[in-house]
Amino acid sequence: MSSFVPIPSSSIGCKFFMGITGLLLIGFVLGHMTGNLLIFMGPEAINEYGEFLQTMGHGVLIWVARIGLVAIFTIHMALAFALRNKNNNARPVPYGADGTIQASWASRHMMLTGIVIFLFLVYHIAHFTVGAIDPDNHKEVIARDIHNKFDIYSMVVKGFQQPLVSGLYILAQLALGLHLSHGAGSWLQSLGLARGWVRKLILPLGYGIAGIIVVGNCSIPVSILLGWVK
Amino acid sequence: MKLTLKVWRQNNPSDSGRFVEYQANNVVPDMSFLEMLDVVNGDLMAQGQEPIAFDHDCREGICGSCSLVINGRAHGPTRGTTCQTYMRNFSDGQTLVIEPWRAKAFPVLRDLVCDRSAFDRITQAGGYISSNVGGAPDGNALPIPKVVADKAMDAAECIGCGACVAACKNASAMLFVSAKVSHLGLLPQGQPERTARVRKMVSQMDKEGFGACTNQYECEAACPKEISADFIARMNGDYLWASVTTEE
Ligand code: HEM
Ligand code: SF4
Ligand code: FES
Repeated sequence: MSSFVPIPSSSIGCKFFMGITGLLLIGFVLGHMTGNLLIFMGPEAINEYGEFLQTMGHGVLIWVARIGLVAIFTIHMALAFALRNKNNNARPVPYGADGTIQASWASRHMMLTGIVIFLFLVYHIAHFTVGAIDPDNHKEVIARDIHNKFDIYSMVVKGFQQPLVSGLYILAQLALGLHLSHGAGSWLQSLGLARGWVRKLILPLGYGIAGIIVVGNCSIPVSILLGWVK
Repeated sequence: MKLTLKVWRQNNPSDSGRFVEYQANNVVPDMSFLEMLDVVNGDLMAQGQEPIAFDHDCREGICGSCSLVINGRAHGPTRGTTCQTYMRNFSDGQTLVIEPWRAKAFPVLRDLVCDRSAFDRITQAGGYISSNVGGAPDGNALPIPKVVADKAMDAAECIGCGACVAACKNASAMLFVSAKVSHLGLLPQGQPERTARVRKMVSQMDKEGFGACTNQYECEAACPKEISADFIARMNGDYLWASVTTEE
């Protein structure tokens, strides 16, 4: 027997990496949200933060982070499909009656919410990173701020003043919230930690992290739509 | 009580099978579910029809032979086994959909009977202790903390019925395998083979074609012996640790 975790032939090994990548993605989402909340501290704070991200490690680190994220997402999604395939094969004839006892809707639709998150991600990158969705309102095009930094603040505010764009972001956050209401606690089990009192953390952690992320991220488009941030 | 039964009928493993409707008109609330099926089968045989095949043995909730998914619930609406499910748990005039465990690893042999020997092969892969321990040791020669002994006994309660597989959205056998891995892995006698055992049993589980765990705990909610999903976390931990430490 080899001494490595057999991937992807082992279901437990797959789930372990699903849990690790999910956990890393939660870390990213929390960090991303915290950074973005700087918008409430005014243009200087968030533009400065944007500049920092672009220039850290002489502009190398942002690419390290981007490549890392792509790798994590790729592993997470590839395993999601591999596991889904294995699980579908395990029950070729479905039941004639549904008798779900307690599994939440979110836990039964992780693939659906995951795919919505992915589609949103493509849109989000095309929108704010590449500037393909709304080219006239992209950081590279609009006037720089007084410190000669990209005016991310104006880009975000003008973007979210469009109800359709804001609505899309809010819907995507709801999908992410559902995904995390199961996922943000589930990794404890995949990593083999959910025994005794630790298992009692699964639900509060799932709903807690999901709630923080949905409220935190939605607060930005909502505040802009309501004219609190302009 | 009168009930309408939609029962899965399948002649053999290669038959695609179908639901057939029957009327059960002489149901007494104190009958067990299996006794109700006995009565229906008596009527069917009196009419010269093939009786409905279903698994059973002890009929007292300890052997794990009985199965049946009733209205989508493994072992029916109450917590115990099907043989310990009573007709008073249903209402007069109700329609009941009765199916076998559905899993690729548990092929249906006939009607409601499926082949659960995949569980035997998983047990054969590592669910034993092979060290020769000689005669029975003195009562207190091998101290085992009470909490550990209790937990091992909790795991050992598994009767191998397969309801966990039937109830799981992915037909995963994690609860059964974790119970078998843990009741030996918790005790001193089980330590020498602990890492090899978990690797072999999980590997056999995957080979049999069971699904993977999505951490939804439908298994735990359906298990007639209330095996805790904590054992799954324990097995995950043991397996992951074994994957990086075994020297075989
Ligand atoms: C920011 C993005 C995402 C985050 C934070 C995230 C987080 C998580 C977490 C923490 C889990 C639980 C892992 C476990 O049970 O151990 C999970 C599971 C899952 N994720 Fe994601 N995920 C994200 C994106 C995606 C995407 C894009 C997909 C698309 C395919 C996806 C599909 C799934 C599926 C199907 C599961 C359940 C896997 C299983 O239980 O077998 N996720 N996710
Ligand atoms: S874990 Fe419970 S449901 Fe699964 S085989 Fe054992 S007794 Fe049956
Ligand atoms: S027949 Fe033995 S447990 Fe039901």
